[in-house]
Amino acid sequence: MFENLDLTKLIFGRLTWDAIPFHDPIILGTFAVVAVGGIALLAALTRYKLWGYLWNEWFTTIDHKKIGIMYIILGLVMLLRGFADAIMMRLHQAMAFGDSTGYLPPHHYDQIFTAHGVIMIFFVAMPLVTGIMNYLIPLQIGTRDVAFPFLNNFSFWMTTGGAVLMMVSLFIGEFAKTGWLAYPPLSGILQSPGVGVDYYIWALQIAGVGTLLSGVNLLVTIVKMRAPGMSLMKMPVFTWTSLCTNVLIVAAFPVLTAVLAMLSMDRYLDTAFFTNDLGGNAMMYVNLIWIWGHPEVYILILPVFGIFSEIVATYSRKPLFGYTSMVYATVVITVLSYLVWLHHFFTMGSGASVNSFFGITTMIISIPTGAKIFNWLFTMFRGRIKFDVPMLWTVGFMVTFVIGGMTGVLLAVPPVDFVLHNSLFLIAHFHNVIIGGVLFGLFAGITYWFPKATGYKLDEFWGKMSFWFWLIGFYFAFMPLYVLGLMGVTRRVSHFEDQSLQIWFQIAALGAFLIAIGIAAFIIQLVVSFLRRESLQDETGDPWDGRTLEWSTSSPPPPYNFAFTPQVHDLDAWWQMKQHGFQRPESGFIPIHMPKGTWAGIVLSGISVVVGFALIWHMWLLAGVSFVALIGTAIYHTFDYDRDYYIPAEEVERIEAERTRKLANV
Amino acid sequence: MTLLATLLLSGCDTVVMSPSGDVALQQRDLLVWATVLMLLVIVPVIVLTLWFAWRYRESNTEATYKPEWTHSTVLELVIWSVPLMIIIALGAMTWVSTHKLDPYRPLDRIDAQTPVPVGLEPLTVEVVALDWKWLFIYPEQGIATVNELAAPVDHPIRFKITASTMMNSFFIPALAGQIYAMAGMETKLHGVINEPGVYKGFSANYSGAGYSQMKFDFHGLSEADFDAWVAKAKASGNALDRETYLELEAPSIDDPVTLYSQVDPTLYHAIFNRCVAPGQTCMEDMMYHSGMGQHGGHHGEADTGHEGHGKHEGHAGHDQHGGQHD
Repeated sequence: MFENLDLTKLIFGRLTWDAIPFHDPIILGTFAVVAVGGIALLAALTRYKLWGYLWNEWFTTIDHKKIGIMYIILGLVMLLRGFADAIMMRLHQAMAFGDSTGYLPPHHYDQIFTAHGVIMIFFVAMPLVTGIMNYLIPLQIGTRDVAFPFLNNFSFWMTTGGAVLMMVSLFIGEFAKTGWLAYPPLSGILQSPGVGVDYYIWALQIAGVGTLLSGVNLLVTIVKMRAPGMSLMKMPVFTWTSLCTNVLIVAAFPVLTAVLAMLSMDRYLDTAFFTNDLGGNAMMYVNLIWIWGHPEVYILILPVFGIFSEIVATYSRKPLFGYTSMVYATVVITVLSYLVWLHHFFTMGSGASVNSFFGITTMIISIPTGAKIFNWLFTMFRGRIKFDVPMLWTVGFMVTFVIGGMTGVLLAVPPVDFVLHNSLFLIAHFHNVIIGGVLFGLFAGITYWFPKATGYKLDEFWGKMSFWFWLIGFYFAFMPLYVLGLMGVTRRVSHFEDQSLQIWFQIAALGAFLIAIGIAAFIIQLVVSFLRRESLQDETGDPWDGRTLEWSTSSPPPPYNFAFTPQVHDLDAWWQMKQHGFQRPESGFIPIHMPKGTWAGIVLSGISVVVGFALIWHMWLLAGVSFVALIGTAIYHTFDYDRDYYIPAEEVERIEAERTRKLANV
Repeated sequence: MTLLATLLLSGCDTVVMSPSGDVALQQRDLLVWATVLMLLVIVPVIVLTLWFAWRYRESNTEATYKPEWTHSTVLELVIWSVPLMIIIALGAMTWVSTHKLDPYRPLDRIDAQTPVPVGLEPLTVEVVALDWKWLFIYPEQGIATVNELAAPVDHPIRFKITASTMMNSFFIPALAGQIYAMAGMETKLHGVINEPGVYKGFSANYSGAGYSQMKFDFHGLSEADFDAWVAKAKASGNALDRETYLELEAPSIDDPVTLYSQVDPTLYHAIFNRCVAPGQTCMEDMMYHSGMGQHGGHHGEADTGHEGHGKHEGHAGHDQHGGQHD
């Protein structure tokens, strides 16, 4: 490499002006919009002198509540990008028939479907789920923060760092054209010599650090920091499902890290783990990535099951039916999720016994899942159901999700999978469970806990609009895909000959537009609610007559969450406290020990992005320097001993007196 | 909704629901039965959800309200055992059908009424997924084709499938389910076409730039027409030897149908073992030398995990690879 040293190459690697997509009007237009919007945003922040506030109160915060909110903002912003990709695909496929080639050249279309999958899973669903867990777990278990507050901030910024690299790929170079799991040999250096796969690898590796550490953090938090009296079987269901999810994260994400590391070595160091030649085997990659990938879908759905459990109990005005069986069902799903990965590739030639084994283990998962559905059903039974927006999402979910579950079990029958594998039927199935399950649950959860986080409720009207457009849009967008799958149409196709398929793609595109209105209604809802925040205000801290501890504190909760650590006697601790005429303590406060904000998370993540960018573009000099800087900064941070402070008793007393005054007004 | 779906489906050409080959037909039947079995629980759940949601709405003060009711052993038993029963039934169906419809298993029937006649040997077709076209070699007829496949009706076909580089999936929905085509590995598929006609075949696994165009026609022909088709190929005058294969192997999109009158009988074996180009060591020999391997067993996924020695001299791909790091 060094015999004829080329300075330009050493500094810029393979980055040249050609990497900027000047030739592509779609990307250039997007870039213009993003640039103008970005500059306007930066100008506004400067104009209103918000930098200091953002830096001190948000970017460097170690408060789990603020970090949770930042995760959710990240997820929602990335949802817009992921959805833009979705609607571009829907439009393209609705057009690209016969002589029309659609409006996207294949190399662009291939990047879009890859980016859509990666963004929606890693940078929408994961941050939203992590954000809600981050916000709620300490509140639900009656503690002041997570076990490792700095780690929490660092995890968030690493996830964001991955998202930043992902966005950079849109404007500098290209993204992977491999599909969201980047199977080799297609993702190998021979078939994908460009930077796309490298963006994929480093975006996921950097974000993966965040996910794994956040998993460790929340796991330890739940295991070690529950309020006195809260035994495992007295934990709220959401905390239970979060516990299982974090177990899955801790056990599954290292596999992803390892498999991507091996892929990078194949690409950078000429190793042959997954190559066609020299003894490599691509099927090893496929196995490993699904050993991570299948638990991943349960990582997403389990907390959402928890959200629905909380909501259905609150709005039915009854405790959850069959709490114990709900918990066992969750644990069974957690264990089984590791025994099913091969069902993603029945068609790669495993023997009949192997295929049957994995098919049957997959079906077995539907038993505890079915039990959960019945538990929610019988929670509604003989309740007094209040149909606020979160409950609408819940009922919409129950009806939609069972359809997706059914098609999932169909795909688990190997001979059936032989005709439906990789078809649009499969696409319809997993969107049916991810939209109808995960996304509906996240919207339900955001609406449900929004007053807790902000102090005011979300506007009902726009919430209902959003729900109905999402629900109806979903059916229009994905039912045609089931039909197309039965017509033998496969995924990731950029051009069709058979004109009879077109009408189905057009209906699906219509559905995508309905969903767009649903998303718009959600954004309008946020704005309208903010403007009407006075009238939507919640001063009680318990607007829905909730059952779990997060509702016992003010909305938004004080930095220390609870002035006194609550004592738990029963499941549904707050409900039980209310039943027994709980009196809020109004005196006797003591200083509260709290962790201090730190610059280290955002700085380390920023340097990580630079390392990743340098590695992607083979800028070896920059990669070396920034890597040393990364390690150096991490070490330097360990010498920062000024990490905690006390909230004085008078301050606590002042905050609590304010709450007493507000409660008296209600 | 099911009724609606059925109505809608009857109106269009859903090849998966109305295939023309016996294997695909059995897979279709399994799909229908599994659906019916699951609807036994899915339909009541949907109905109950909507009914409970309506019945126990807040404004309906006539409905019973039991704010402390959280447990019923009988109900718990029912809600765990009903899905369990269905999964036991479905699991049994899965076990039996997965073995019966194992793509590696030679067929024992032509259709529901007709067993395979004694002495009727299946037609062998060696399939190679290239970037981005399909090569079909007929070792018994000594011919080969690109992007066109034909077989006599009611005659079992045995496909042996591999690939040059990318991972593809060989799929003719009217004939039988799909199976992956992977470099350095061989998969197998058995099927039979019961009605004459032209059917669509394609790759069902995304494989890069030319994927959308990676399709072919599959002709189900009478025995006489099949013989005529073979004769046409024989008369084409093209020969497929290792040199022409290496030209053909280069990536290309939307290739025309090509027929070859003769084909190097060792070609498929060399493709599968990744030693078509002069000077390459075949995978099986590498494994033989390293004393670890054995030839691919029943399932043909040759164990490629052991590399003894011997560099792939002159492998074009490797040179290109080195070029990335200059």
